[in-house]
Amino acid sequence: MLVNEKIAIEHGLKSDEYKKICKLLKRTPNITELGIFSAMWNEHCSYKSSRIHLKKLHTKGKKVIQGPGENAGVIDIEDGDAIVFKIESHNHPSFIEPYQGAATGVGGIMRDVFTMGARPIANLNSIHFGSTQNKKTKNLLRGVVHGIGGYGNCMGVPTIAGQTSFDRSYNGNILVNAMTLGLVKKDKIFYSKAAGLNKPVIYVGSKTGRDGIHGASMASTSFDEKIEEKKPTVQVGDPFTEKLLLEACLELMSGDSIIAIQDMGAAGLTSSSIEMASKGNLGIEINLNKVPCREAKMTPYEIMLSESQERMLIVLESGKEEIAKKIFDKWNLDFAVIGKTTNTKNIELFFDNKQVANIPVNTLVENSPMYDRKWKKSKLPKKNKIDKTIFKSLKIKDTLKKILSSPNVCSKEWIWQQYDHTVMGDTIQKPGGDSGVVRVHKTEKAIAATVDSSATYCWAHPLTGGKQVVCETWRNLISVGAKPIAVTNCLNFGSPEKEENMGEFVECVQGISEACKYLDYPVVSGNVSFYNETKDIGIKPTPTVGGVGLIKDYKKMITMDFKEIENIVLVIGKTEGHIDQSLLSRIILNENNGPPPEVNLFNEKNNGLTLLNLIEKNFIKSAHDVSLGGIITAISKMCIKGNKGIQIKKPKFLINEIEYFFAEDQGRFLIEINPKDLKEVSKILDKNSVHYDEIGKIIDKEMIIDQKTKLTIDELKSYNTNWLKGYMV
Amino acid sequence: MKSSVITFPGSNCDRDMDVALTKFGFKNKMVWHNDQELPKSDLIVLPGGFSYGDYLRCGSMASKSKIMNSVINFAKSGGLVMGICNGFQILVESGLVPGVLLRNKYLQFICKNIHVKVDNKENTFFKNLDKKVLEFHIAHNEGNYFCTNDQLKEIEDNNQIAIYYCDQNGNTDDQINPNGSIKNIAGILNKEKNVLGMMPHPERMIDQSLSGEDGSIFFKNLLNNIK
Repeated sequence: MLVNEKIAIEHGLKSDEYKKICKLLKRTPNITELGIFSAMWNEHCSYKSSRIHLKKLHTKGKKVIQGPGENAGVIDIEDGDAIVFKIESHNHPSFIEPYQGAATGVGGIMRDVFTMGARPIANLNSIHFGSTQNKKTKNLLRGVVHGIGGYGNCMGVPTIAGQTSFDRSYNGNILVNAMTLGLVKKDKIFYSKAAGLNKPVIYVGSKTGRDGIHGASMASTSFDEKIEEKKPTVQVGDPFTEKLLLEACLELMSGDSIIAIQDMGAAGLTSSSIEMASKGNLGIEINLNKVPCREAKMTPYEIMLSESQERMLIVLESGKEEIAKKIFDKWNLDFAVIGKTTNTKNIELFFDNKQVANIPVNTLVENSPMYDRKWKKSKLPKKNKIDKTIFKSLKIKDTLKKILSSPNVCSKEWIWQQYDHTVMGDTIQKPGGDSGVVRVHKTEKAIAATVDSSATYCWAHPLTGGKQVVCETWRNLISVGAKPIAVTNCLNFGSPEKEENMGEFVECVQGISEACKYLDYPVVSGNVSFYNETKDIGIKPTPTVGGVGLIKDYKKMITMDFKEIENIVLVIGKTEGHIDQSLLSRIILNENNGPPPEVNLFNEKNNGLTLLNLIEKNFIKSAHDVSLGGIITAISKMCIKGNKGIQIKKPKFLINEIEYFFAEDQGRFLIEINPKDLKEVSKILDKNSVHYDEIGKIIDKEMIIDQKTKLTIDELKSYNTNWLKGYMV
Repeated sequence: MKSSVITFPGSNCDRDMDVALTKFGFKNKMVWHNDQELPKSDLIVLPGGFSYGDYLRCGSMASKSKIMNSVINFAKSGGLVMGICNGFQILVESGLVPGVLLRNKYLQFICKNIHVKVDNKENTFFKNLDKKVLEFHIAHNEGNYFCTNDQLKEIEDNNQIAIYYCDQNGNTDDQINPNGSIKNIAGILNKEKNVLGMMPHPERMIDQSLSGEDGSIFFKNLLNNIK
């Protein structure tokens, strides 16, 4: 087939990108080569709109072993152990085919982690759906949850935490972000950099089929009404084969046969082979007739662009083929030597004894397009002047009921009960807490992980929103007693070709970077998902941040359930009464404008580290960070979990009661302490200039706000737990 | 006491079971599904997981694997065999215990703590247990136990029902049934009472920091009974 500009444009390339290809090659590419360029140069693989800004992220730190640029980030957790982790999006496929889209998202991220030699020990996810009134929402939610469970459960990796939100802006574009953590010995980490000449390149795992061809290109465009036709571009997952691949790879990795290893994710054999060659500054030669194929008469074009799942490409030490083959035979997986490393610095493909592609590797990687797209700076919205008389007409009990049962606050038990969260026997904090926590097998250590995003805040003011997401994960980790170490981020945005969307991206990234730098909480991995829009309607900017922290002695882990009657509850951090963009404002007052709560990085760091100090000294019996729905919502959850009540004594303040209870000021926690420790705790808080209020004491089975306002724990429970179950029936 | 845990390619609770058995004093060995021979053992455990992917009926392919011939012979000669979750499904598919396991009633995977009532203590697995209700943990998609009326009568007549799903007080009403199992059956024995299949995972309940500690009671008691 003769290639021309029209065909290139059908492949998602722009006219000048096609011209650039011809110039770089000094000729017209053939169809296989064009396919390879289109796969490598699309937004998903090349990060062409985001690269220039991602460089600004704060990525360095003492604990960072590997930052962005590898299959996943790696951090040091002492004693020779390291944690490998990353988050990735699978948004477009999940909207087209929720079960397989979500399942292969989970499969893909686990592969990224075990490619580096780590055994996956925990999965997390952040999933976002359209309005609960939208007729597609229920089926998409059901399909995505089944898909995540179907894959993760079979792999035997616990899903320990997550986040689910509903917002109209996701009606035409749901978000499915999956995160995996793996455990590895520091001196047994594997990378994707090929090295040495004439080293065998081997293919292992599933056979290559026609599924997922152009998956990465599909993820790099917006949706239109022809979306149903894109179903064949969604990959189909086989978690059993992935489990075999995991075990076989780890078995091979325990020896010394592997030089480089790369999973075949987006753009399959194309990106994996090019990635390894590029990092090693080498060429690679592949005989496509050797690639194990599932279907007859597959063309070089199809073999190179297939996104069939559960496949790996490995560069072996010469002479180790037999050892490797034996392992893959044991696990019943395909194994084929398909090529070798060369010094040409080109990727050369052969099929039926003919050369079918010959491209300099650097044209695909270093010379890929990079755009400094136009972007629009956003202004901080003006504060709303809320008529305080409205507050008088609000009853706390009714307001709390509405908030506790609202889709974004209610208990997500219906979801996480479908995920195996206890397999591997080390889950010591299950979903539903501030962070999930797993022990480091056979040690005293534990790893806490959390994932968060707040599209509403980011939409209102991207810079503040970006900072807020980072801080929220920071607080979630602190609340369970973990020292935050590093984050991974998944940046979900609309079209970068629109100045507003690009502006949201640039400023969210800036906010994330500022917060990470201030908190010494670097970004070690991540991905970008643009074009989350359908028929010109884009999602709210949704950067998702996954935070990871270390608990040195797992017996010191904190949970949020109230522990003991008579204990005192303190609010850490100052409550100014910020109502704009709060749940109260949005769902009770129906006011969607105004700025998000301000983020004060000094307070975040100071309050957080002081709390860790109190935890270390065993003063804290339970803790929970204050977020959506404010103090009273956070207290309710602590009551529900601990099956205990509270006698609230509202501190005397100038702000209104409603503002005090429902405001979403940042940097706050609730903690439970023994009355005998109050003096010592206050001393430490005062010494560190941490503001705190005493808000009440724990009692049996009832939340007493004042003489007229009382709620039983059963009432709170039913508000909080019934909504989602009822919705999904 | 010597135990052996069979590892099928898709087993994923084999390590957890090994940790639990070892913790309570068994000398445990892992046995690969392609092996022919079993090591000398006092107890064989078929662990949870997805043996061969379970794309067909759960456990059906595993029931035909090489090692299962030896397991079946071991059971038939009176050896103790315990199948947990997917292991229970394999036992059912091998015909070592009666009945079948269907998809859960609400067609969803369920992972949560549950309680089981131990009525039947005339077997090595539960003999001498001083608690009547244990808090265990389930994590499965196909745990809905079913059998014909005739089979049920036979099972009941032979006292083969090992444990029932119940509430914390031991009530076995329908509401507490997590997966639709007939008669709230959570675990069942063969006629000779040397083979136990159950959906709950005692190996996930062996530590205060985990979901609970009733698994410890079960394993300690089991070890004492075998001694």
